[in-house]
Amino acid sequence: MLSSGYLILSDGSVFSGQVPYQQNNLLKGEVVFNTGMTGYVESLTDPSYAGQILVFTYPLIGNYGVLSEQTWESDKIHVAGVVMSELCQSWSHPKSIKSLADWLAEQNIPFMTGVDTRALTKHLRVQGTMRGMITQQRELRVDLAQSKKILGASFIPKVLIQKPLIYNKQYEKSIILVDCGLKLSILRSLMKLPYRIKRVPHDYNYSKEPYDGVVISNGPGDPMDYKATIRVLRVALRKNKPIFGICLGSQIMALAAGAQTYKLLFGHRGHNQPCKLEISNPKSRVSDKCFITSQNHGYAINEATLPKDWRVTFRNLNDNSIEGIEHKTKPFFSVQFHPEACPGPTDTIWLFKKFHKLL
Amino acid sequence: MSRNPKKVLILGSGGLRIGQAGEFDYSGSQAIKALKEEGIFTVLINPNIATVQTDADMADRVYFQPLNITTVTKIIEREKPDGILLSFGGQTALNLGLELNKIGIFKKFGVRVLGTPVETIKITEDRDLFKKALTKINILSPKSFAVYTVEEALRAASAIGYPVMMRAGYSLGGLGSGKIENKKQLKEKVHEAFQAVSQILIEEYLGGWKEIEYEVVRDKDNNTITVCNMENMDPMGIHTGESIVVAPSQTLTNEEYHSLRAVSIKIIQHLGVIGECNVQFALNSVTGEYRVIEVNARLSRSSALASKVTGYPLAFIATKLALGYKLHELKNSVTGTTSAFFEPALDYLAVKIPRWDLTKFKSSEHTIGSEMKSVGEVMALGRSFPEALQKAVRMLNVGCHGLTHHPFIFNNPLVEIGRATDRRLFAIYEVFRRGGTVEKVHKLSKIDPWFLWHIKHIQEFETRLRKTTLVKEQMLEAKKFGFSDKTIGHLKNLSENVVRRRRIALGVVPIVKQIDTLAGEFDAETNYLYTTYHGVKHDVEPLVKTPVIILGSGPYCIGSSVEFDWCAVNTTKTLRQCGKQMIMINSNPETVSTDFDCSDRLYFEELTLERIRDIADFEALNDGIMVSVGGQIANNMALPLAKAGYRLLGTSADAIDRAENRQKFSSMLHTLGVDQPEWEKVTNLAGAKRFAQKVGYPVLIRPSYILSGGAMNVVTNERDLQRYLGEAARLSPDHPVVISRFIMNAKELEIDGVADRGNIVIYAISEHIENAGVHSGDATIVLPPQRLYLETIRRAKNIARQIASALAITGSFNIQFIAKDNEIKVIECNLRASRSFPFVSKVTNHNFIEIATQAVLGIHQPVRYNTIDLDHVGVKSPQFSYNRLKGADSVAGVEMASTGEVACLGDNLLEAFYLSWLATEQSVKGKRLFLSIADDHKHKFIDEVRALHDRGWRIYTTKGTYAYFNEQGILLKRLHCIDNLKDLTVENMIKAGKIDLVVNIPSPHNNNDDARKIRRLAIDHHIPLVTNAETGTLLLRCLAEIDIKGFQPKSLQDFIQRAMLS
Repeated sequence: MLSSGYLILSDGSVFSGQVPYQQNNLLKGEVVFNTGMTGYVESLTDPSYAGQILVFTYPLIGNYGVLSEQTWESDKIHVAGVVMSELCQSWSHPKSIKSLADWLAEQNIPFMTGVDTRALTKHLRVQGTMRGMITQQRELRVDLAQSKKILGASFIPKVLIQKPLIYNKQYEKSIILVDCGLKLSILRSLMKLPYRIKRVPHDYNYSKEPYDGVVISNGPGDPMDYKATIRVLRVALRKNKPIFGICLGSQIMALAAGAQTYKLLFGHRGHNQPCKLEISNPKSRVSDKCFITSQNHGYAINEATLPKDWRVTFRNLNDNSIEGIEHKTKPFFSVQFHPEACPGPTDTIWLFKKFHKLL
Repeated sequence: MSRNPKKVLILGSGGLRIGQAGEFDYSGSQAIKALKEEGIFTVLINPNIATVQTDADMADRVYFQPLNITTVTKIIEREKPDGILLSFGGQTALNLGLELNKIGIFKKFGVRVLGTPVETIKITEDRDLFKKALTKINILSPKSFAVYTVEEALRAASAIGYPVMMRAGYSLGGLGSGKIENKKQLKEKVHEAFQAVSQILIEEYLGGWKEIEYEVVRDKDNNTITVCNMENMDPMGIHTGESIVVAPSQTLTNEEYHSLRAVSIKIIQHLGVIGECNVQFALNSVTGEYRVIEVNARLSRSSALASKVTGYPLAFIATKLALGYKLHELKNSVTGTTSAFFEPALDYLAVKIPRWDLTKFKSSEHTIGSEMKSVGEVMALGRSFPEALQKAVRMLNVGCHGLTHHPFIFNNPLVEIGRATDRRLFAIYEVFRRGGTVEKVHKLSKIDPWFLWHIKHIQEFETRLRKTTLVKEQMLEAKKFGFSDKTIGHLKNLSENVVRRRRIALGVVPIVKQIDTLAGEFDAETNYLYTTYHGVKHDVEPLVKTPVIILGSGPYCIGSSVEFDWCAVNTTKTLRQCGKQMIMINSNPETVSTDFDCSDRLYFEELTLERIRDIADFEALNDGIMVSVGGQIANNMALPLAKAGYRLLGTSADAIDRAENRQKFSSMLHTLGVDQPEWEKVTNLAGAKRFAQKVGYPVLIRPSYILSGGAMNVVTNERDLQRYLGEAARLSPDHPVVISRFIMNAKELEIDGVADRGNIVIYAISEHIENAGVHSGDATIVLPPQRLYLETIRRAKNIARQIASALAITGSFNIQFIAKDNEIKVIECNLRASRSFPFVSKVTNHNFIEIATQAVLGIHQPVRYNTIDLDHVGVKSPQFSYNRLKGADSVAGVEMASTGEVACLGDNLLEAFYLSWLATEQSVKGKRLFLSIADDHKHKFIDEVRALHDRGWRIYTTKGTYAYFNEQGILLKRLHCIDNLKDLTVENMIKAGKIDLVVNIPSPHNNNDDARKIRRLAIDHHIPLVTNAETGTLLLRCLAEIDIKGFQPKSLQDFIQRAMLS
């Protein structure tokens, strides 16, 4: 049973739709939109969305049900709430185990359907991502701006492992995988490489341990809140071991290198973000290379603050923002997008090979 | 940037036919625009005169010439282009390009093939090479073996595993192909097939796998994107052109979507395509296996659809890439700011449904399968599947007001689900209505339950709607489910208008949304729009500069084709020149009018009264609606729109009704003293019989408000009269049937014209080569007339003048006449642009649409136009698609059956006629003719047969014709009849390829089975066939008199220039 529901934004605007009748809890979060047309299972389980109300711009969500946990990006749904135009009741796929509606109910994730998600998206695009709440009471007035800062580190404990985990024990060489809210596909991609992987919490100090390389994962919120991670990484940057940052990991890399980050108006969330590879070696005659990438981030690196010994490797073709950086001489590089895909295109999966080569 | 070519030749696709339709006008037109933007001189060869791409303001030079080796070579020799585009004219252009390349023409004249290299095209066109190329990069295609014996077939089948697919050669129209379940069946079928062919393919059976397509774009630097993917609702086994298609895919997981995407990219990068390309997959969702079915290294029907689905101008971008641009150097045309290197994100979905016209082809089967039979398609956009699906159903214009509100009668709908027919979608609904389950339908059809559940929900909602009161909530839900006001009214026993009023009072109105390629992520000033009920906020404000609303053509079907798109596009061009804004409404993705840069606003929407009103109400400050350029669908809107209080531009709705309504039209002619064949409106069989007895057989039967003579027929006796009356009456229940005297051996002529407040400002008289009785859409038409008496012309002109004045015509009109024994009678009058408008405009070099639009706007300045005294002759020939339709008979009649047309210009009738005939993809390869002529026509052929005989032709014939010509002193070679077991039968000669042309002229009274079989044989063996006495004699004269080798092709511009100098 559905009853009327409302998404009230911090600027006072209201979008109406339907919510489950029994869903009377008040839900608050940062409202963001994703333009992908598939991959809702992967997105919902992506820890980077922790604390956010996710708006799907594609109108039909749940068509193929919920696949088994092997396709999840973590062990549970991390988004705080879901806003859709239509939640598919008649899902169909031989490999799926349940409907999206059942899954959301099981995990107690509030949602709203019947929303003009396009109008909402356009609003967020112009006004920027903002806080909002899903409620059954249209007239409810809660000062959203006053609520506790929901971004960044406040969510870290909820999405993280508490102590290190080891994978691929059979291998000699080892990588430190810093889990700031890791998408499991990054782990799955790394596990295909011949390295022992030590997955550590974001504030874990690995600088005194022997390792052959470091990967800094994606994660939710403001990169500046990851103070411990930045501190440890600064130490690692003094060494010559390869370091690979992904998404939030890229922002943390920049912060550790001495650059600054800023919040984008409405972020990049989708599977169609075009990135151009900047020619890194002026002597090489490599022609222009472009890739379609999967992205989910609200912050970016401020180019003006990038230290001289670093350079930009990837750039977003739409807004020219930085999508990847590397150290000019040392084996440190990072990308703002998700080379592990899931969801989204697999065009940049080769970056894992690149990391492998550096090792 | 590599060096740009200076002059580029583009090969068009010729006349529209099944499998190759208006989509190539879209792709060719975009290519020309992209080249012109670079300052490149463009030369186009395309005999399809009704296209936008062949307009004088498009390519710098246009050749209305046959697309064959000889002609194209001559044009290359003359024009000396340094580049050529092969991928914009469908399979015709691609095959022609490969052939020209093979015989070294490109090399000889220094022509560079732009875009995808010929070597790559070759690989994609050759099954073996293609398979090898894929295997090399570990990409899977269906297992397949070519076998030559029964034993080999059995071995192949057991290697693959049953069931297998058997294919017995392509030349026989898929005859003998099918699913084989076991060894015993295979033995039987293979044995049978080897009677007819020497090679059989035994293939992996993929029936029931999902069919998925990707549209891929790659630049010369290997940057590759997939612009769109699409999922066929009808799984493997039904041709994608025959399938209902959704975009993007709906039932694919992220993993499936992106692994197939990655495979597409890998293939295209490996093959080295530069530009656009389509990859088709079969996908088994249970096992996760896939197979690559096909790669089309050219613009295709699917790429046209993908362009319209996403707003990404594939053909335009492909042209730029062919010139050497890289994707990221180009801009996204929709946003104008972001990069063309991106993949569109949709926040809506598109549903495409094919449009069939199988009832128009006598004796053609209604089942659909691996061969294409549809003649057009519609695309609907919405924010839910039911919304888009029901929109698409209405767009088809086959009498459905929604999925649940259709005119079809099913005895056993289950039969048409397992063995799919052109109305399977409706059969599925019927099964659900009668209590059938999703499981059952899925088992029979293999259609994914996702689609079936939605159809079932529509059906269930219909039941609920019947019982509930129409409060706001119910009304909104009904609209979200895609129900039309008319259907809601039907269920609630209310009129459409009452439902509409109540709906608007409840505040339930459609919301206007933009197609912006990026799901709202970036600001896009796009004018590409659709409507939905799944929304609350309009994306745009109404236009304020009083735009004109133009109704487009809707789906292509027999009788309404690319010519009406030409009319619509030329209307926008003229309006723009006049400083007016315009809004286009159309539902057909195979068109130029639905390119969003063609109009100020494009609504990709239904051409239904409800939706046109919705749009006109939203755009409240419009200047009026143009119903006269979109063909019959648009024209039929005139009266209802006017009654609802909307302003029409041009001739009044009342006048349109007076021309369309036979009773009113006839009494008007009577008052004017204009002659017409005797007719009567009958409501029962007895009345019809009485009339036929009075005027004598044959009589012509037709319902009023006709389009391409739907259910029209000539009957020669009472028994046929009885049979056909049922058919005609069913087609048009709201209108009584009209029966009229059919005049034999009369000439037919027509006037296309434009009038301004009742005064004719321009007209063109064309003459049919065939005698009356052949539908004007199937007739060969000559302009200016070559064999009409001046007296006839003068009389026709005077009648036109009287009618124009009586109906106070402002804008386009077309009047058809028959002339016999110095008498002239009016048989039809349409107050709209006709099928022949592009033809007469291009032959006379006066744009009739431009003039009509000026007249409609009230700004036409009187000028004298010369349309009779021309230095050249134009001949328009019908393009038929019989070789696509198993079992269809090929004699043209009062029911239109051609799918397209071509036209050529020449210095005289013979030259123009012959070129035009060649341009319908026919050619006479040698001097061996088979002749069989019904008694009534034999005498017409004496001179021609003698001439050919004298020139050394081997002329074969059967008994009757042999005897007749023997009497005339011409000794022909006699063959036995078809079922004769002796060696020299017609059948054997045709099968052995020993005949180069078949002339078979049946009698109107007696159409025997042998003759029908001979015609079918000729078609199935790709031997040119002529079935009409008048075109037959003319063609034989051409063969006797024209030296095609010495012929020099002239361009449209050559003819225009000569006319201006004289």
